[in-house]
Amino acid sequence: MAEIQTNEGGGKKKGGSKQKKFSVHIDFTPMVDMNMLLITFFMLCTSLSKPQTMEINMPSNDKKITDQDRDKVKASQAITLILAGGDSIFYYTGQPDYKNYNSLKLSSYRADGIRSFLLRRNIDAVQKIKVLKQKKLELKISLKQFTDEVSKIKSGKNTPVVIIKAEDRASYKNLIDALDEMQICNIGKYVIDKITPGDLFLVKNFESKGTYAGKFVTN
Amino acid sequence: MSKVKVPRKSTRIDMTAMSDVTVLLLTFFMLTSTFVRKEPVQVTTPGSVSEIKIPESNILSILIDKTGKVFMSLDKQTDMVNTLDSVGNQYGITFTAQEQKKFKLLPTFGVPIKDMKAFLALKSSQQDKILANYGIPTDSIDNQFKVWVQKAKANNPDLRIAIKADQKTPYKVIKNVMNSLQDLRENRYNLITSLKNEPAQ
Repeated sequence: MAEIQTNEGGGKKKGGSKQKKFSVHIDFTPMVDMNMLLITFFMLCTSLSKPQTMEINMPSNDKKITDQDRDKVKASQAITLILAGGDSIFYYTGQPDYKNYNSLKLSSYRADGIRSFLLRRNIDAVQKIKVLKQKKLELKISLKQFTDEVSKIKSGKNTPVVIIKAEDRASYKNLIDALDEMQICNIGKYVIDKITPGDLFLVKNFESKGTYAGKFVTN
Repeated sequence: MSKVKVPRKSTRIDMTAMSDVTVLLLTFFMLTSTFVRKEPVQVTTPGSVSEIKIPESNILSILIDKTGKVFMSLDKQTDMVNTLDSVGNQYGITFTAQEQKKFKLLPTFGVPIKDMKAFLALKSSQQDKILANYGIPTDSIDNQFKVWVQKAKANNPDLRIAIKADQKTPYKVIKNVMNSLQDLRENRYNLITSLKNEPAQ
């Protein structure tokens, strides 16, 4: 393979002179060494995969937009998630009930926690999207049709609206996990909002099982 | 017993095939990979199921470590210089051509503007060492981070903002950064995550 055969004067057989056959072997070992070195360098100094990203749109805090211009969320569709410290997550539906500490529910980031609750609330959209996914797999609809339909279902009228509020103690991972659940549960309408003193009160009240609120009544 | 004569065989191995393979691998690595940017702090991004890839150019990336230090980087060197100039103008600092040249070669920057001149005068090996101790001030009294983003965006309106934060960063810091961006009416941005495999239901 790595040899060059030189056959000098192939046609001069009649001349009588003895011909010499050269066989030039090239040793490729140093070449392999060098390539291996380069490969090692590239493997160590580069990253193969580009990082993933999540796109989010935050609400504008433009002062010109009054509350009337905003879409008021129907209380029956609203779910408020409160991301508290220590990887715990609370949720309540609709309007907060400050008198009853049990209106706040403790949940978890595991699959049987907040996800199962959100999936149950969003069951219509989830099932519709499941059907669509199946159709897409069977190549009945194109990718564009699929994405159009999905966004239509996600922005449908009866889908829940999730408000994510995070305490200062919560970590960035908690926020990403909560946003992730929105994707997994096919929730189209969600917003990250500032936590209000009322929400903090709810969490404290829950943790102290109602005794925290008791202080305010007596005073 | 007579000895069996073992014929001597040459132990030469033909390395051509091996060389072919390595060259092929090398080509693959060179074509598919991108170089890792040098970052002053170690950041572990949280995992998510999102599969959107980040665009390649026109990125303003904001790096936040778990203690809440903020660093920034721009991928175009011309943007770097223009941004430095306009931020310098804002604070009444002019940079010499040499300082500009040094600045545009930085992979990541994150020094309070008053320390910038002293920082740029250092050798690059020293810069790497001390950069991790700095960070762009983000507090409400002296929000230099806001100025940096504003100027960068003014110089190149196509910039996309990408936030890369450590998973243990307290939300307080993230909130601060997000509020600053909101004040600038930058309502669309990307959060960089790493891929987590979880079956979507």
